[in-house]
Amino acid sequence: MSESLRNDGRVWVPKKKGDTRRPNDIPESERDYYLERRYPSFGNLVPRDVASRAAKEVCDEGRGVGPGGHGVYLDFADAIARLGLDNVREKYGNLFEIYERITGDDAYRVPMRIYPAPHYTMGGLWVDYHLMSTIPGLFVAGEANFSDQGANRLGASALMQGLSDGYFIIPATVPDYVATAKPEKVDTSHAAFREAEEDVRRRTDTLLKVDGRRTVDSFHRELGRLMWDNCGMARSDASLRRALAKIPELREEFHRNVRVLGTGEELNQALEKAGRVADFLELAELMCLDALHRAESCGGHFRVESQTAEGEARRDDANFCYGAAWEWAGQGQPPALHKEPLAFEYVHLAQRSYK
Amino acid sequence: MKLSLRIWRQKDRNTPGRFVSYEVDGVTPDMSFLEMLDVLNEDLTTRGEEPVAFEHDCREGICGSCGFLIDGVPHGPRRHTTVCQLHMRFFKGGDSLTLEPWRARAFPVVRDLVVDRSAFDRIIQAGGYISAPTGSAPDANAILVPKEAADTAFDAAACIGCGACVASCPNAAAMLFTAAKVAHLNSLPQGQPERDERTLNMVAAMGREVFGTCSNHGECEAVCPKGIPLEFIAALNRDVIRAAFRRRREPLHVIGAAQHPAHEDVCESNSAQKESST
Repeated sequence: MSESLRNDGRVWVPKKKGDTRRPNDIPESERDYYLERRYPSFGNLVPRDVASRAAKEVCDEGRGVGPGGHGVYLDFADAIARLGLDNVREKYGNLFEIYERITGDDAYRVPMRIYPAPHYTMGGLWVDYHLMSTIPGLFVAGEANFSDQGANRLGASALMQGLSDGYFIIPATVPDYVATAKPEKVDTSHAAFREAEEDVRRRTDTLLKVDGRRTVDSFHRELGRLMWDNCGMARSDASLRRALAKIPELREEFHRNVRVLGTGEELNQALEKAGRVADFLELAELMCLDALHRAESCGGHFRVESQTAEGEARRDDANFCYGAAWEWAGQGQPPALHKEPLAFEYVHLAQRSYK
Repeated sequence: MKLSLRIWRQKDRNTPGRFVSYEVDGVTPDMSFLEMLDVLNEDLTTRGEEPVAFEHDCREGICGSCGFLIDGVPHGPRRHTTVCQLHMRFFKGGDSLTLEPWRARAFPVVRDLVVDRSAFDRIIQAGGYISAPTGSAPDANAILVPKEAADTAFDAAACIGCGACVASCPNAAAMLFTAAKVAHLNSLPQGQPERDERTLNMVAAMGREVFGTCSNHGECEAVCPKGIPLEFIAALNRDVIRAAFRRRREPLHVIGAAQHPAHEDVCESNSAQKESST
């Protein structure tokens, strides 16, 4: 669900572990509005990394709700009482509809059940101040680049970055490039084209020829699980090393045992997916490597070794005050780290507090 | 639960297709219809049979990629619901369902349940641009947008371009789609400078594709997963007339395309197709 719902919804779980009563049967005194309790000044509006970890913690304690126990309530009863049903419907009607469609529950009557899940990598392709990548002439705009992303992916940042790149930067830098670049005339007989074509064909043929026993989806799921468990909302040196040991094994098995049927001559969605999962296997490894090298907690990157006595993220500005740009160094080579120092002119670094 | 599926299998545009029957087991009520097909595809792959091709992307009902006929109804039996948001709790074990791709000349089958909807893209492209200053942040509220206009534009913009309207229309007309896309920017102050041009160009582009004509049948509205109302078609007709009267620069030509594609447009479309197929 959209995070905007936390503007008016109140997040809670039962105080008691394993409470299987229906939410509306649990009296006020037996509910734990844990965000309001822990962060009285920000309450339900704490940033998503804080809210996500708090949800994970209460579920890990055994107080999660719904089948499987991976859920917390997002309750609109107070908002409806305060603003009226029509106003809540006007603001969030489309989201309530989506929720109803997925779960069959009417969130105007019973609280929604939500749980945090990763949905962006909080990173992207390196670009310069013109939003041009390391390939001359290849511009990367919007969330696909790394430029405006920090340790947290902010709410609505897809929209924000799309608009800011699209309105303010690309209209100046792309015409500038087009006006000043003097590209030579190229056609498909160019050696670089033939090389790229050959490379794609070779990769396609390789995937099709494996003819193993496991589906692409099964690898995708296993990788997802591995990342969820070891490089998720909380990571540790040990969990990241575990993932870094397993990903190459999984990748090796993928290339030895994946089954992609059909040919590369017509639409072949399994082949497309196999190419993407092959990429994910590389990206997942890089994410773990990056998370392992950054031995501090920062925003969405929470290293369990680096937390305050109250369990909040503790940064290490002396050692990690930089953006990490990893350069692909070639097949089978470890990527090279480039540190881009962060300078703060107006807002200075401080320990966050939402209490 | 276990379901019987009759699914349209077609290797490519030029190979004749046919229905093939499958049994899919292990379906749970929480699965979406597409997740049910994922289960089928995993099973098919394991058994060495090529998986069923179907389009999907966001699986949140907002991207417009997915869509096929379930027992003859676009996106299946639930109102205002795309197949990705259609959950299996609305079906019961033992159900027998027929799945086939959109059936419209303008949407040739690419493979199985996937059709080529680039005709929609060409209509959108014909809409062109809006004049928008870039380079520096505009002053807030420099352009006032009436609430009603914003709401209308938002309702129109809810169209995800899935093609259900065309698939359900007995004439395979694209009027509801085009009307929604025209209304989106025509409703807003920002869309006014190019309003007439946009209307005529998009309607002409629609005429060049092999869509049928609108006879106000209304099935499009009934199956639209985003609830786009027929009123937008009425608004489009008004906009076409408005644009026709306001046009100054060139003699009037092809205006009737909204309802009846002009003869030369059809010829143009045929020759364009020939070019693209060679």
